Amino acid sequence: MEQIFFFYFAFVIAATSMLVVAMRNPVYSALALLIMFFHVAGLYVTLHAEFLAAVQIIVYAGAILVLYLFVVMLLNLKQDDRYHRQWPMAAAVGVTLFVEAIILTVMRGWTAPLVATGTETTVGEAGNTEAIGDVLYSTYLFPFEVASLILLVAMIGAIVLAKKDLSEVNSEG
Amino acid sequence: MTVPLSYYLVLSGIVFLTGVMGVLLRRNIIIILLSVELMLNATNINFVAFSQYFHDVAGQVFVFFALTVAAAEVAVGLAIIVALYRAKSTINVDEFQLLKW
Repeated sequence: MEQIFFFYFAFVIAATSMLVVAMRNPVYSALALLIMFFHVAGLYVTLHAEFLAAVQIIVYAGAILVLYLFVVMLLNLKQDDRYHRQWPMAAAVGVTLFVEAIILTVMRGWTAPLVATGTETTVGEAGNTEAIGDVLYSTYLFPFEVASLILLVAMIGAIVLAKKDLSEVNSEG
Repeated sequence: MTVPLSYYLVLSGIVFLTGVMGVLLRRNIIIILLSVELMLNATNINFVAFSQYFHDVAGQVFVFFALTVAAAEVAVGLAIIVALYRAKSTINVDEFQLLKW
């Protein structure tokens, strides 16, 4: 049963991620990415990461993708050539990476299997959200504060960048 | 877990490679940013799969941080795109050659 769910989610994720790259219209690409985000959230549920599944839908599908769609519609793009002039070189790099990935996948039996050490914080019986909160506010408190700083910098940066030229505004006002 | 870990790794590898191809091939900056999102999601799938495999919640915490960075990247990236579009009224990467010699 789990395998059926996994293969369904994996198939949709792989197919929609290719659609994101292949679609000519950016709006269709963004909508394909939306479907992919929902299926990644489903995959998280099968992996017992319910909190992340909810956050995935709220943050990615609810905030990030809406921002993309706003910008796509704001810029009112005309459709034109999908690929730029350097595509033969890019395709060569891509094919190399792809072959490398296949070789590594085939060779995976040659490495020793990973063993869980058991000293880490276990995903508690108390529930996924509680376990994450427990670790986030104790072990990872400093990274958590740094993350809030990153968000502050991004917020200020977005406002400064998207604003019209500051000196112009000052001289007008 | 009846689904082996390697299946998740293969899936995330496929998604990551698709993202790399998108960044390398497409001309539209918005699609390039969407492809970066694909790559971030591939790493997130990896993190969550390993978190389940090792019974360690730290992987999920890292996904949380990756999510934060993705949100910051989108906000700044889209602001840069809007500024670029204002300057040159196009968002094809071919047209931006200021740093090329």
